[in-house]
Amino acid sequence: MPNLEHPAYPAAALLHLEGLVPCRESQVSMLLSIFGERQQFSFPSIFIYGHTSSGKTYVMQTLLKTLQLPHVFVNCVECFTSRLLLEEILIQLQSCSCETEPTSPVPCDTFNDFVRLFKQALVSRGLQDQTLYIVLDRAEQLREMEANILPAFLRLQELTDSNVTVVLLSEIVWELFRPNVGCFDPLTLYFPDYSIGHLQKILSQNHPPEYTADFYAAYINILLGVFYMVCRDLKELRHLAALNFSKYCEPVVRGEANERDTRKLWKNIEPHLKKAMQTVYLREISSSQWERLQHDGGEPGQLKGLSAHTHVELPYYSKFLLIAAYLASYNPVRTDKRFFLKHHGKIKKTNFMKKHEKTSNHLLGPKPFPLDRLLAILYSIVDKRVAPTANIFSQESSTRGKKCKFPLLQMKIVSVAT
Amino acid sequence: MKSAMSKRKLKDTCGASAECISQVQKILRERFCHRPSATGKLFGIEFQYRHLLELLKRTTLHGESNSALIVGPRGSGKTTLLNHVLKDLREMKQVRGNLLEVHLNGLLQTSDKVALKEITRQLQLENVVGDKVFGSFAETLAFLLEALRKGDRTSSCPVLFVLDEFDLFVHHKNQTLLYNLFDISQSAQTPVTIIGLTCRQDILELLEKRVKSRFSHRQIYLMNSFDFKQYIKIFKEQLSLPAEFPDEPFAQKWNDNIQHLSEDKIVQDVLQNLFHHTKDLRSLYFLLMLAVSAVTVHHPLLTAADLQEASRQHSTDSKANIVHGLSVLEICLIIAMKHLNDVYDGEPFNFQMVYNEFQKFIQRKAHSMYNFEKPVVMKAFEHLLQLELVKPLERPSARAQREYLLMRLLLDNTQIMDALQVYPNCPTDVKQWAASSLSWL
Repeated sequence: MPNLEHPAYPAAALLHLEGLVPCRESQVSMLLSIFGERQQFSFPSIFIYGHTSSGKTYVMQTLLKTLQLPHVFVNCVECFTSRLLLEEILIQLQSCSCETEPTSPVPCDTFNDFVRLFKQALVSRGLQDQTLYIVLDRAEQLREMEANILPAFLRLQELTDSNVTVVLLSEIVWELFRPNVGCFDPLTLYFPDYSIGHLQKILSQNHPPEYTADFYAAYINILLGVFYMVCRDLKELRHLAALNFSKYCEPVVRGEANERDTRKLWKNIEPHLKKAMQTVYLREISSSQWERLQHDGGEPGQLKGLSAHTHVELPYYSKFLLIAAYLASYNPVRTDKRFFLKHHGKIKKTNFMKKHEKTSNHLLGPKPFPLDRLLAILYSIVDKRVAPTANIFSQESSTRGKKCKFPLLQMKIVSVAT
Repeated sequence: MKSAMSKRKLKDTCGASAECISQVQKILRERFCHRPSATGKLFGIEFQYRHLLELLKRTTLHGESNSALIVGPRGSGKTTLLNHVLKDLREMKQVRGNLLEVHLNGLLQTSDKVALKEITRQLQLENVVGDKVFGSFAETLAFLLEALRKGDRTSSCPVLFVLDEFDLFVHHKNQTLLYNLFDISQSAQTPVTIIGLTCRQDILELLEKRVKSRFSHRQIYLMNSFDFKQYIKIFKEQLSLPAEFPDEPFAQKWNDNIQHLSEDKIVQDVLQNLFHHTKDLRSLYFLLMLAVSAVTVHHPLLTAADLQEASRQHSTDSKANIVHGLSVLEICLIIAMKHLNDVYDGEPFNFQMVYNEFQKFIQRKAHSMYNFEKPVVMKAFEHLLQLELVKPLERPSARAQREYLLMRLLLDNTQIMDALQVYPNCPTDVKQWAASSLSWL
């Protein structure tokens, strides 16, 4: 049932478009009604925001390509300075109407030159009667460029006096973009996140042909049940679905269960998915390691993730240094006398301490301490006598203060003549 | 009954062809979206119009030098006013061909050198300047104006300089361009008028002393000073089709419909809402453009529902929309941050504190939430950072650990509670936790 209708565009193209953008029909029809016919004017600038992988880039690209509207598509992370951005737009403009001519680089330093060259390019390509769309993806990077770039793009229709619409795509809301003196506010459109039904529909679309759609749909159901609370990103879920499907099919392949035996399949896959959450989801191990593990059928406990490498075996004095550093960073200075001396008095609680009793130091993080204090605590906790001529090489410069949890210190003890 | 019948009659005899609708859309879109063209009407600024026209007439006809600033908030019609005046001026017999215009914009000409090149280009004196090298800005400008005089006229042609986004020129080094332009307007060699357009009310305080003394202190204010009745009148007039529209019966029906809409209570409520929020006409045009884009062959006349829908879309809270798409774990983190803000009166927090709060919830009463590992919770927290819902107080450096970096939440309590109401499939214990944290302590 065709939902998309517009008098300006052929029905066949619209039907094709509808097939390419599942669950996004209402956004596409909204965009079509805003764009209007080819030669009509539209909003000078449109700002589309929504979560990652909610389809903003994909829908814009598909829409503009399928209906063959003249457009320029630039990613602001790729063209991170204003010069790269403006030159890229001009280069793409050259190939806009005729794809066969080779594109030559166009030098363009400032926005002033850009406006002039842009007007010339429109005239020479014969694009003056149709609306030209300039789509800037990851538009939050525009805030990092010079201050005039963002306001100038929003007013491009006025500055060049031509039929052009600038579309900005971003994850971040418009309030965080607006400059201090104000600007020409664009039309803001929201691309809503996919609901769980939509996610299921989209993920079930790429099921491998050897299995039935129902079987795959049941698998997606299980996957979403484990991961939906944590992550709603379509790209991540698709990645996880692709990685774990072979493990899911194992009982069926081995002949232990048939496709309908949901309980057995669930018992097989569930610990595997939980393990995946701790490793592949966090990118602790790469997906090729994960696949190798599945293939070899090894124990999940054997996996050595990235964070396993932070556990190192230290020599004797280094261990004590580490403990001394930990004590120094979390204990307040006044308590040193009480803990580390044989004859100590009582500590009176001040008003400050009474007010802040509940905030544990562990919540506030480690504090910096001077080197002398570290050595003093070290001497008091080590049983044997440590030679005062011991050299301490720190792998970080000692002037910075040891704020890290695992300061990498090395101690070299000069042999002592006792 | 009668209105239903008349509506049906309208539909049957409307006969709105695709061609007709296309024409309607074309006219209205140009009116609302395209740069305010000089064919539109001016609303409520007749006094300022006369003042500016008088000023420019004096320059072109009597050779007087002048300077003025047009000051008004964004969208109040400064450029429209200027375009109107220029159009009327050009049509006058004495002025035709006698006025040179140079249009500069603060967004494009970001430094004085660029501005000078642009002036040369717009006065079409590039050949005359050629490869000459000048010592200072003043010399170049004097040379340009002298070159204008050496044409076939004995007296020089008056030049009009229009500086858009005037407050950006103020930030150039030493304000050289402004100083020289105002200087020339005072020294009466060539009749020069300088019109600046700006949205800043405090523009005079930004000018240097020497520049300010050469400025004539003439300011024209555009303050959106119409009341609600006039606002509705503007709404009616801007939506009406002009008399020259080819399909006369349809134009008549359309205009009648607009008249009917402007008296409708729902439409008046929508306009009242917008009027309370912002008075300028640009926002009105946005709303009308959104409503007009819904007009098709099957839906040839605007209805109140279209305007309501456009208004709803125009005024959604974007942060609430973003919160709607977060995962349950991320919502729990936001609720934990809300509780921290309540207990500690808005002091900044770090990830360790948020995680602690979350653990308290999990250990005591959560049935639906699984106890996720710390790295998984960290990944959810970093997603919130990426969306800029949580902002660190200082840039993350290599010194401090990420878990202990102090942050602030950029949502307030009402936004969070409203977002939770519409959040799909929210577990009940999470909702209850959000409502009161005292029962957990």
